[in-house]
Amino acid sequence: MNVRFFLARLFAHIDRPLMGLLGLLLLASLATVFSASGASMDKIGSHLINIAIALSAMVAISHVPPQRLMQFVLPVYLLGVVLLVGVAVAGEVVNGARRWLHIGVTRIQPSELMRLAVPMMLAWFLHYKQEILHTRHYAIAAALLVLPVLLIVRQPDLGTALLITASGIYVLFLGGLSWRIIAGGVVLAGAALPMVWHMLHDYQRQRVLTMIDPSSDPLGAGYHIIQSTIAVGSGGMAGKGWLHGSQAHLDFLPERTTDFIFAVFSEEFGLIGNLLLLLLYGAIIYRGLALAAVAPSLFGRLLAGSLVLTFFTYAFVNMGMVSGILPVVGVPLPLVSYGGTSMVTVLIGFGIVMSAASHRKLVKT
Amino acid sequence: MATFLRMANPEEELRRYTFRIKVASAVVAAAFFLLFIRFIWLQLVEYDRYHALAESNRITLTPTPPARGIIYDRNGMVLAHNFAAYTLEITPNKAGRLNDTIDRLADVVNIDAGDRKRFKKLLAESKNFETLPIKMRLSEEEVARFAVNSFRFPGVEVKARLFRQYPMGDAFSHVIGYIGRINQKDDERIKSSEQAANYRGTDHIGKSGVEESYENLLHGITGVAQVETDSGGRAVRVLSQTPPVAGNNMYLHLDAKLQDIATKVFGPYRGALVALDPRNGGVLALVSKPGFDPNLFVDGIDPASWRALNDSLDKPLINRALRGIYPPGSTFKPFMALAGLEMGYRKPSDVIADPGYYSLPGSSHRYRDWKKEGHGIVDLKKSITVSCDTYYYRLANDMGIGNMYRFLSKFGFGRKSGIDLEGEVAGLLPNPDWKQRRFKQQWWAGETVITGIGQGYMLATPLQLAVATMAIANNGTVYQPQLVRAWRDTLTGRIVENPPKVMDKIELKPEYLELVKAAMVDVTRPGGTAAGAGAGAPYPFAGKTGTAQVTGIRQGERYDEHRISARLRDNALFISFAPADNPKIVVAVMVENGGHGGSTAAPVARKVIDYWLLGKVPEALREDEADQGGETEDIEPADGPPADGVPAR
Repeated sequence: MNVRFFLARLFAHIDRPLMGLLGLLLLASLATVFSASGASMDKIGSHLINIAIALSAMVAISHVPPQRLMQFVLPVYLLGVVLLVGVAVAGEVVNGARRWLHIGVTRIQPSELMRLAVPMMLAWFLHYKQEILHTRHYAIAAALLVLPVLLIVRQPDLGTALLITASGIYVLFLGGLSWRIIAGGVVLAGAALPMVWHMLHDYQRQRVLTMIDPSSDPLGAGYHIIQSTIAVGSGGMAGKGWLHGSQAHLDFLPERTTDFIFAVFSEEFGLIGNLLLLLLYGAIIYRGLALAAVAPSLFGRLLAGSLVLTFFTYAFVNMGMVSGILPVVGVPLPLVSYGGTSMVTVLIGFGIVMSAASHRKLVKT
Repeated sequence: MATFLRMANPEEELRRYTFRIKVASAVVAAAFFLLFIRFIWLQLVEYDRYHALAESNRITLTPTPPARGIIYDRNGMVLAHNFAAYTLEITPNKAGRLNDTIDRLADVVNIDAGDRKRFKKLLAESKNFETLPIKMRLSEEEVARFAVNSFRFPGVEVKARLFRQYPMGDAFSHVIGYIGRINQKDDERIKSSEQAANYRGTDHIGKSGVEESYENLLHGITGVAQVETDSGGRAVRVLSQTPPVAGNNMYLHLDAKLQDIATKVFGPYRGALVALDPRNGGVLALVSKPGFDPNLFVDGIDPASWRALNDSLDKPLINRALRGIYPPGSTFKPFMALAGLEMGYRKPSDVIADPGYYSLPGSSHRYRDWKKEGHGIVDLKKSITVSCDTYYYRLANDMGIGNMYRFLSKFGFGRKSGIDLEGEVAGLLPNPDWKQRRFKQQWWAGETVITGIGQGYMLATPLQLAVATMAIANNGTVYQPQLVRAWRDTLTGRIVENPPKVMDKIELKPEYLELVKAAMVDVTRPGGTAAGAGAGAPYPFAGKTGTAQVTGIRQGERYDEHRISARLRDNALFISFAPADNPKIVVAVMVENGGHGGSTAAPVARKVIDYWLLGKVPEALREDEADQGGETEDIEPADGPPADGVPAR
């Protein structure tokens, strides 16, 4: 078996246009993390390792046909729910939130697992019931969504809960949920807002209030958002230039390699850079949705579509938060922020998208 | 409501899926468009604002305080100067938990309990955003050790600072004064003045003495540095700089050596001495004993030292020369004599027969002379020489208090001299109006009588006595007493003179002046009350002794029989000038509880004048001569004692 042939086999399920676009985004990520970390070679080294691991996971998962994947959906979902219950019962409290669970040698954060497990579960359920889909099936699907979400809200981890809810709703939406129910849901959600407000923790309310008026607390909760808005705004049309962002390099930006990395990017590359970044994200989403649309199985279509839209949601929420139009939620900028877990989760998602699209000839519906 | 969405038909499902993907794509596009609008808003429309905000984040305008002007005596001897040292400073609002920070700092540099206490005190008095010293005068090693660890201490930095120092110590504490940290009261005053901007970055301000009264000239002009700082407030680099302009160096009339000698010749006594140059009003020496170490105050005096100074029965913090008010006693007589002559109540040849007392007409009450048996036949000249009380009792009664008040106020009694120091008091030259206002009582004839010998309500500061004496020595011309002779304008490099100011020209007939001066010279000659102190003076030495009952500085509150009785002794006074025919120095001396003016106060004046005119250092002080190597700067020489005992000019 020669090398060319091996490589061809290895990347058989990789979509080249999407891979190219992801590659560009990862290059932007490397440049920005390098700048945001103050030219730290250590940081870039471990970032590269994260990327390598995540890409390997993507390639690996692209070889798994959706059919095979479906076999694992139910056990993984159930395991996830059990672990979430375990967290609720015996989880470890870090920074006031109960998110971690000790299992023997290490500790894990089961909510991360649910980011993939929930949309998979819903897609699998709708796929399984596609012949006889009835409103009650949507209700069951909603229950499958609400159960883990409630457990995560209780931790509390509102950001993750909202994004998992979004991924589930995307599945239901793409799966044909009636417009009437969607409209009803929107109205209900609007009506429930005041109730939700009462259920929120103080720090969560504070974040929302801070988003509305950051100057109300300039040195406390508003500090992050004020400084990141200044960074974005002062970038101007063409930016201050790579490695020359004063907000980033003089330490005014918090979390600048992770959740606020977009502020660094924006400050150094300006409006032009932001436009290119939006176009790049748009192209990735467009290509991802196009792949989802050609997936032969309903499971593949629903899952791939949901994963791509969730990717969009991460990007939108993060950029919206950094530029001050959304409250501060602990969401990284997908594929740009430094951090292994997010990198691996997102690229596994794209592996699934590619797999769903490229395994069409092998799967009978 | 049977079926909303049965999916029996895969094609229909696929069509719906594709449609919904398109809807989703539209939502994505709309959301990204919303973001793009937001970016345009921030990065184009509002760019100027955010650019300015980022710049103000990045750039701090750091004031660079100027070096304070140096104070020299008339010969260039340094009386107040600055030295550079490193301090460790904390910006409280950037340093996180202060106690924790200080505890960790203590591992790196040596911080003792005193440093902590002083820091707490400064913290209580300060605004949160200014930097406060936690440790003064770091060693080189400590600077290096902190530099290595500085990343652990946001809001803490090493600063090179100039410290004020008073090399001559106690003897000059009242005249040079001291600077201290700006407190809230100072701060309010500065903020409401046009100097507000100039004091950014300045921590100290003159609190007393020349340091206080010439604050504006000594301070200098604050410079500004544009510094790039990180969010922890650490300077990254300097972008641009306007250097500060150092304060003006001040040159005093004061002679450090004379001041030193004057302080020492007091011996164990408390009191004050003022020496003036009668030709221009320059203050040659201004002593208030006891003094204190002004260096204690510069960076906040520790509570123990403060209590010791503030509670002391000796009141070392009061400048007796301008704030101590004492009955002038017999030193008042030459002025009374001039009043009697000028107003025609006495002719030089008029005599009285002194039986040892004086009684008002129709009264049997006897106002006693200090000499029980009386001075016999006394004319005006003799009345001064032997200090005859009876002569002045009668003169006062003949003149009346109204005439006395009118004439004597010309000599500066009862009003401030206008010396260039803060805090001077006006003393008291009484009259019936004043008594009516103050006590709602009428004036008694007997009160006029005792005012005639400088007792009763009459009160004067040692400075006022010196100024009045200057009027006689100068034939009626009174200069405003001035400490500062000139200063070097730092901007132009030129010396700016502080010209003498004539306050008053008192019309006095020369023959009367000559008579009084001759009488005052006789005071220091055999038969005079200061004959002992005047013995062997190679120059005509004019003086007048005084001995006054104690009513001056109020007693302390603690009762201590032994000390109280010592404090009830009479105050000894002496006013003098020399050479009498061409006066170059006027000296007024007040020795608290010193007993007799002739024996305690006059010798002090004699030694001061001997040094000034002859360069003669009192024998008891001569061993000090060897270590008198102070710092000097070459400035134009002013009048002063000849060096190394060379005979007088």
